[in-house]
Amino acid sequence: MTMKGYKDLPEGGVIPEKGNSVLYKTGEWRSMRPVWHSEGCVHCLMCWVFCPDSSIKVEDGKMVGIDYDHCKGCGICARECPRKEKALQMVKE
Amino acid sequence: MASLKELSAIPEVLAPGHRLCAGCGAPIVVRQITRAAQGPLVVTNATGCLEVSTTVYPYTSWNTPWIHNAFENAAATASGVEAAYQALKRRGKLDKDVKFVVFGGDGGTYDIGFQSLSGAMERNHNLVYVCYDNGAYMNTGIQRSSATPKGADTTTSPVGKLSYGKRENRKDLTLIMAAHNIPYAAQVSPAHWNDLYQKAEKAFAAGGAAFINALAPCPRGWRHDSKDTIAICRLAVDTCFWPLYEVVEGKTRVTYKPREKKPVTEFLKAQGRFRHLFQPGNEAILEEIQKEVDRRWEELLALEEISNRQGETA
Amino acid sequence: MASEKKQVAMTGNEAVANAIRQINPDVMAAYPITPQTDIVQFYSTFAANGLVDTQMVTVESEHSAMSATVGASAAGSRAMTATSSQGLALMHEILHIASGFRLPIAMPVVNRAVSAPINIHCDHSDTMAALTTGWIQLYGESAQEAYDNMIQAVKIAEDPRVRLPVMVCYDGFITSHAVENLVLVPDDAVKAFVGEYKSEYGLFDFEKPITFGPLVLPDYFSELKAQQSDAMLAAKEVILEVAEEYEKISGRKYGYFEAYKLDDAERVIVVLSSAAGTTKAVVDELRAAGEKVGLLKPRVLRPFPAEELVKALSGAKVVAVMDRAETFSTQGGQLFAEIRSAFYEASKKPLIKNYIFGLGGRDTTTSDIRKVYEELKKDQERGSVDRKVTHLDVRV
Ligand SMILES: Cc1ncc(C[n+]2csc(CCOP(=O)(O)OP(=O)(O)O)c2C)c(N)n1
Ligand code: SF4
Ligand code: SF4
Ligand code: SF4
Ligand SMILES: [Mg+2]
Repeated sequence: MTMKGYKDLPEGGVIPEKGNSVLYKTGEWRSMRPVWHSEGCVHCLMCWVFCPDSSIKVEDGKMVGIDYDHCKGCGICARECPRKEKALQMVKE
Repeated sequence: MASLKELSAIPEVLAPGHRLCAGCGAPIVVRQITRAAQGPLVVTNATGCLEVSTTVYPYTSWNTPWIHNAFENAAATASGVEAAYQALKRRGKLDKDVKFVVFGGDGGTYDIGFQSLSGAMERNHNLVYVCYDNGAYMNTGIQRSSATPKGADTTTSPVGKLSYGKRENRKDLTLIMAAHNIPYAAQVSPAHWNDLYQKAEKAFAAGGAAFINALAPCPRGWRHDSKDTIAICRLAVDTCFWPLYEVVEGKTRVTYKPREKKPVTEFLKAQGRFRHLFQPGNEAILEEIQKEVDRRWEELLALEEISNRQGETA
Repeated sequence: MASEKKQVAMTGNEAVANAIRQINPDVMAAYPITPQTDIVQFYSTFAANGLVDTQMVTVESEHSAMSATVGASAAGSRAMTATSSQGLALMHEILHIASGFRLPIAMPVVNRAVSAPINIHCDHSDTMAALTTGWIQLYGESAQEAYDNMIQAVKIAEDPRVRLPVMVCYDGFITSHAVENLVLVPDDAVKAFVGEYKSEYGLFDFEKPITFGPLVLPDYFSELKAQQSDAMLAAKEVILEVAEEYEKISGRKYGYFEAYKLDDAERVIVVLSSAAGTTKAVVDELRAAGEKVGLLKPRVLRPFPAEELVKALSGAKVVAVMDRAETFSTQGGQLFAEIRSAFYEASKKPLIKNYIFGLGGRDTTTSDIRKVYEELKKDQERGSVDRKVTHLDVRV
């Protein structure tokens, strides 16, 4: 993001945009990476409901992958996955 | 009862790219609670980890209107926002049905924001106040609050030669809020997402002031592995350290009773902040903690019992 | 519609409550404190009887009063509250937030001494302690001026060039509780004057949601403060424009200050609010005796009209700046410090001295003021002031 001069900034420190933190890539924090195997997944969405970083991608009620731009590698998804051996595992970055 | 499939179709209120620690419980609570609003939602946030980490200028993680005023006044701020809504609606300048939610940490809720919260609840503003309770002032570096459990090692109740950590019991904020005789008060854990979602729905539909106390583990302050956040929530519930219940129009209902009540040590053992309690010499403290958990659990069951009896005679 | 200007007998608080009734804000937060309490009582009665349709928020403290007002204003509504003394002090933290958020909140502050010792009477220690909070400050001498300032405050605050909160200050009990004859502007004229409120941002636009009150780090903080500073500068112009417009509906003139028999005055008192009334009486009496004395009564302290004050006072030989509050700097009161500092670059400077007076409601009489003018005369003859700072009315 370019740094605006003071006259061009919105008044009062308001951010007149929504959800623009997606531009900030917290995926760089990760030391462990969740790896998803679609074959073993039963689409229970446990990983999705517990992810602190809204980083489990779901389409039409089905798990479709991981948002590695933002996933911090906390490991909650893999730990809570009922099919962990088959569907979701943590590996070193 | 909504399925996760259905819930996943509701737009996300909290965008990724926020700077809360990996495995932080607070955003999990936010994601689960906000889904139940089902429509236009305005968020008020007290100063704390959630607020600072989700709005580092010029970035914001919020996909819905959001305001932060100060640390101790989130409930008062939301009172004003809700009052503006009532006024604008009455004057025909707004025709939407809007829901209001407040998120405050335990420091901002149990302690410094206690008065402001009490006022807003008593005035029965149509809003849902959610405390994400991580049991200490985390944003300033893990200082004890009145929500910190007895025995916890924090930076202002440190373990030392003469200290086993925090000496005092936790304040029971959920019951104190219920004692405001508001339409709805509840305690929730994000591990029990379904229970949480149902309670959040009721809170948003209460038509007046609602309070939800949500357990929100902090891997940094509790000293547990980030992957264990949800597992520890489950232990908190299964040990009855953090019972799941609701008080609706004065009637108490325990919404989850563990089949087998686990010893509180299972919850404590999972966290570094209690590690010292398991060293020889601290057995009595562990016993006191267990006793207090038991006493409160029994009290809650008794309250439920009274409510049931009142239901029969009504 | 032909609407008559109404001559009424009212206390200052009743007049201000009526100004707010005519403005009919969307939201009003109410909390009692002497000598402000009347305002929220009157207003609650207006609301209870349908004279206004404001959403009342009967908060549990002044901290919450200002917090709720900030919430309501940020949400996009016209929001107000009122306070005094301890209440203003309790709000202090949120005063900074209201101005930092650029919220056009207009708030009456009925001046009262700040504890300790606890005291319910007038001095200016409450609003003087709020000079650096980023609020515009208007001071009024009488119920009429308090009323007029209240209406103008809304328009100043909401001007897009300004968007800053405004305190409408007047003296506790002396002005707030004394019944005075004054003229109200007709309801419809006030309504048209303040107009419909249009906020820059709001919290109910779900198509374009905003984040209000984020964490701003060193990379942007100074820029936002510079904007605020510019807005305060712009307020200088806007205050005069609004005064001019207000004159059209009221027939009364306002500026940065009132100059009373100042043109050829050699000995001048500068004093705020009700004490100016007492001073005028003495000026009249001394003028009748041929003394070249005058008065300058500031109305606007923020923004501080330094140049204009210097210009207005540059013909004087000796000036006594009277402060109704201590600063404990040991170097005099706040008004004194600022006026004296304003003269630093001036080529022609009068002698300037300071009197601290009227603390905790100590009565300021014509003989006190006469004494000041007598001392100024001696200073003028001597060519120097005897003492920089004097406590006017303290027993020794
Ligand atoms: C009036 C005031 N006092 C103190 C602070 C400093 N402060 C900011 S956040 C914070 C801790 C917040 O703790 P909590 O509410 O539990 O939220 P958490 O950070 O744990 O999520 C403190 C003490 C402040 N901002 N304002
Ligand atoms: S938790 Fe496991 S099985 Fe369930 S959706 Fe996620 S990856 Fe698939
Ligand atoms: S590792 Fe953590 S952040 Fe990444 S997808 Fe899994 S739960 Fe989300
Ligand atoms: S310190 Fe704790 S509460 Fe704060 S962001 Fe980190 S994990 Fe979350
Ligand atoms: Mg906390």
